[in-house]
Amino acid sequence: MKFAVIVFPGSNCDLDMYHAIKDELGEEVDYVWHDQTDLSDYDGILLPGGFAYGDYLRCGAISRFSNVMSEVIKAAEAGKPVLGVCNGFQVLTEAGLLPGALLRNKNLKFMCRTVDLKIVNNETLFTSKYVKDEVIQIPIAHGEGNYYCDEETLASLKENNQIVFTYASENPNGSMEDIAGIINEKGNVLGMMPHPERAANDIMGGSDGLALFKSIVKQWRESHVSHA
Amino acid sequence: MKKVKVYVTLRESVLDPQGSAVMGALHSMNYNEVKDVRIGKFLELQIEESDRDLDVLVKEMCEKLLTNTVIEDYRYDVEEAVTK
Repeated sequence: MKFAVIVFPGSNCDLDMYHAIKDELGEEVDYVWHDQTDLSDYDGILLPGGFAYGDYLRCGAISRFSNVMSEVIKAAEAGKPVLGVCNGFQVLTEAGLLPGALLRNKNLKFMCRTVDLKIVNNETLFTSKYVKDEVIQIPIAHGEGNYYCDEETLASLKENNQIVFTYASENPNGSMEDIAGIINEKGNVLGMMPHPERAANDIMGGSDGLALFKSIVKQWRESHVSHA
Repeated sequence: MKKVKVYVTLRESVLDPQGSAVMGALHSMNYNEVKDVRIGKFLELQIEESDRDLDVLVKEMCEKLLTNTVIEDYRYDVEEAVTK
């Protein structure tokens, strides 16, 4: 499976993402610069954390209009897996690929530590290798991770089982209903504030994030096995 | 040339932790009359006259890029720009 790690001016978790895919997962991966206009070679799209375009104006607001984003939208519409982590999640909400928005953390602090994350929905292509209600440890590092949406959107997220991760023991940013990650209705676009790519090997302090990437590959292999 | 002043604020339904922190500071300075503080953004655009309708243009810019209407409201004033 071939992944693209989208690199915006200001991305800073692109190397971690690349490392997780290449060295820990053992799959193909390229860095793709934000002005590229073709993603047809790739089977999975990864939007890393960082401060795309310096987060000037609002997190993710300017990157949403970069060339590569119209290709990311096309890939999402074609059903390819698209994962946005942290700033990548903010970009996905700004692009309208996921509902809601990320606000400043309730306590106004930049939070950087490992948190407990509950797998609310393990029936997605990103979480099939986890067990429902399992609690995993994944690092967070963000100042604007407070997920917000209107009541109507929240009701539809619940109804369609689109809340994938919630914070388990503490809510670090004040997000609604402890939301840490959501998926689109179709099930192929996931946005999350915690960093699974920073938990891909025990020497990094934990490897709970690796199963997320393994889940993507598993689903891809199953749907691309020759039917001969 | 027109000068367009755009004011962006968090929607009423959205908690403004920065505003709350500033209100707390004002209260600790004994300005207890202050009942609410909301922090927003102010953008000043210099826009050349063209055959495009200015209001349509400004609304488009506000809704596409300058604000996120999920969490923010905006308003704007138009003034004659003073050219130096």
